[in-house]
Amino acid sequence: MGEVTSPDRMKPEAAQAAPGSLYASRQKVYPKAVTGRVRTAKWLILALCLGLYYTVPLLRWDRGPDLPDQAVLVDIANGRLFFFFIEIWPQEVYYLTGLLVLAAIGLFAATSLFGRVWCGFACPQTVWTDLFMQVERWIQGDRNARMKLDLQPWTGEWLRRKLLTHAVWLGIAMATGGAWVMYFNDALAMTPRFFTGQASLEVYVFFGLFTATTYLLAGWAREQVCTYMCPWPRFQAAMLDENSLVVTYRAWRGEPRGKAKEAGHGDCVDCRACVHVCPTGIDIRDGQQLECIGCGLCIDACDDVMGRLGRPRGLIAFETLTSLAASEAAAKPLPPGPQRQACGMQARRPQKLVRPRTLIYAGVLALVVAVMGGAWALRETTSLAVLRDRAPIFVRLSDGGVRNAYTLKLGDKTRGVESYALLLDGPAGLALSVQDAGRDAQGRPVLATRPDGITQWRALVTAAPGARLPESVPVAFRLVDGQGRTAIRTSSVFLGPKP
Amino acid sequence: MPTKIEKDSITGTNTTGHEWDGLKELNTPLPKWWLYVFYATIAFSIVWMAIYPSLPVTGARGLSGWTARGAIGPALEAEKAAREPMLAKLRAATPAQIAADPEMRAFALAGGRIAFANNCAGCHGAGGQGAPGGFPSLADDDWLYGGSFDAIQHTIRHGVRNGESDEARGVAMPRFQADGLLKAEQVADTAEYVLSLTGRATDAAAAQRGGQVFAENCVSCHGEKGEGNRDMGAPRLNDQVWLYGGDKASLMRSIGWSRAGVMPSWGGRLDPATVNMLTVYVHALGGGE
Repeated sequence: MGEVTSPDRMKPEAAQAAPGSLYASRQKVYPKAVTGRVRTAKWLILALCLGLYYTVPLLRWDRGPDLPDQAVLVDIANGRLFFFFIEIWPQEVYYLTGLLVLAAIGLFAATSLFGRVWCGFACPQTVWTDLFMQVERWIQGDRNARMKLDLQPWTGEWLRRKLLTHAVWLGIAMATGGAWVMYFNDALAMTPRFFTGQASLEVYVFFGLFTATTYLLAGWAREQVCTYMCPWPRFQAAMLDENSLVVTYRAWRGEPRGKAKEAGHGDCVDCRACVHVCPTGIDIRDGQQLECIGCGLCIDACDDVMGRLGRPRGLIAFETLTSLAASEAAAKPLPPGPQRQACGMQARRPQKLVRPRTLIYAGVLALVVAVMGGAWALRETTSLAVLRDRAPIFVRLSDGGVRNAYTLKLGDKTRGVESYALLLDGPAGLALSVQDAGRDAQGRPVLATRPDGITQWRALVTAAPGARLPESVPVAFRLVDGQGRTAIRTSSVFLGPKP
Repeated sequence: MPTKIEKDSITGTNTTGHEWDGLKELNTPLPKWWLYVFYATIAFSIVWMAIYPSLPVTGARGLSGWTARGAIGPALEAEKAAREPMLAKLRAATPAQIAADPEMRAFALAGGRIAFANNCAGCHGAGGQGAPGGFPSLADDDWLYGGSFDAIQHTIRHGVRNGESDEARGVAMPRFQADGLLKAEQVADTAEYVLSLTGRATDAAAAQRGGQVFAENCVSCHGEKGEGNRDMGAPRLNDQVWLYGGDKASLMRSIGWSRAGVMPSWGGRLDPATVNMLTVYVHALGGGE
């Protein structure tokens, strides 16, 4: 890690608790506007994420009559999840679990390769906070104007600008809450009902919840969410190592800090531009720290200053700690100046992407993708669940025969109606009948499916008196289609008294 | 109390003053509003406890008078109203008509399952499997009073030997030994004969003697071959199903001291739609005729 002139963290005094207290007032952060490559990338990602979030519920997807035509819909009431051409039943929620596992491991992999890219660019907290800060800048002005405004009395100008800011924030928050409930209800059908007060209580509760959290977290809590609440910064240290890209201050080049016109100083002119643009209010020159979300806005700020001074960019950069240490070792003996700069940059090391850690993440990712892909490819549209009656375990008939009862649940995820003949695979002497089922020409019970639903049947299996069967006999129920092919087979057991 | 607060030389942060075996804790303070939110939640919980029943001083109903029963009342009323059209249909139809109509049948099976669990399972078991000591299985194919829709409906409605309904099922069986109608040896012989009906006799001579007694005392109800009589509720004696046990000792007890199972009449306790749902449900347990 880079050596810095002052080993002490440059913490604002207010962040120190008064003696004996474990609490301190929050030091408000006034991030300054900045332009540059990283900022542009962040705007693009913000536009993409929010654009998707607000518009996806409006996308339509024709699934035929009697079915919702919303492309992405979590239909809680009817127990269906629609995603374009995919339809998932509640008992298949493991596909969703698989997606979440993929997302988690993808996050681990991205973090070990590129550092806190999630925190700095794609996390909802970052994205909405960025948007809220931009609103704040439009209405109240940039850093200095806002600091000045906060010192004014709470009247006139102050009141006008603050009210307008919070009104716009609330508007965005309500749009956020409104979009959220649209993922769980038909957006087009619900919107008029929502505004006329006819939507369900749940809709208003979740709308209120997401409106409130958006407004409070992005408007008020901001960087405190990352520093105090979020668990992710706590355990991502386990994914980061010296070969991950992190935002680094090249102290070997910048130190000792000093005025640009005076000789004997490094490239850092101590203008604090990097501190002023930081959304969490830290100084990147203090080295790696928990509060840094890796957004890289300080890189843009510093590049701008270096450009104006006619010095090479990249005093703050995305770099691995290995590379930073190599530069530092090479540049250490040299005095500040172009030679030290050239020597240090020369010594940089390319990022080592292939490491045991990234290989393991890649392997696990590939495995989960393969398992999920395989499970999806082999997904059955017809299912037969067999539930054996447990009370009674078996019924003794008057002629001495033994009977077991089973509940059969025949599920069909397609939109058609299929008929299957039901067969019992088991030892000779077992007779099968199904209550209320018709029979085909061969006398086999015929079970019909219900489109996109489950039909339930009660099957009785009877062992003739004198059939010498063990206490437990494996049996299987088999559904055979019109062409005689086995569509599905489900195992169960037939239980009787001890022989 | 923490005593020695010092400044950590590496981080520049104060310690809390806590020390455990040389380990010191840095004081990285939480925002003050966090603490205030915590206090607010405590205040909220006190108000909440006062409004809802939890504090002794505000009584069993809290300040709002809220009860779980009261809260669910409107939902129950709404549910009842929603079911009423179907229940009216179930009241008007016979069990056989209900079973023939898929919609009514599905409703009756679901409703019957609940009504059975609430009213019948105590004696007849959760799945209608019955219980030893006179609680007959409803899932087998042996019926004391018949397994047709009408017979099941009648039994549920009027019950068995309950003194509540004039149409209750069941006739009292004489207590042959207790009332001195038969001697103990005759009872034992008769038991041997009954065992022989299912091929289980151990003493052929005794069984033959018992056959005489049986012909004189039992055939009027249980039939010449022990085939039973459903009008009287005299069980079949030539099958494998034994309500009070089929071994010799149990049979002697049954002959000598009689048996008389009792079942309440449900016609006066349950509404007709529920009786019909129960009938359809019991019929579908596996033994329906």
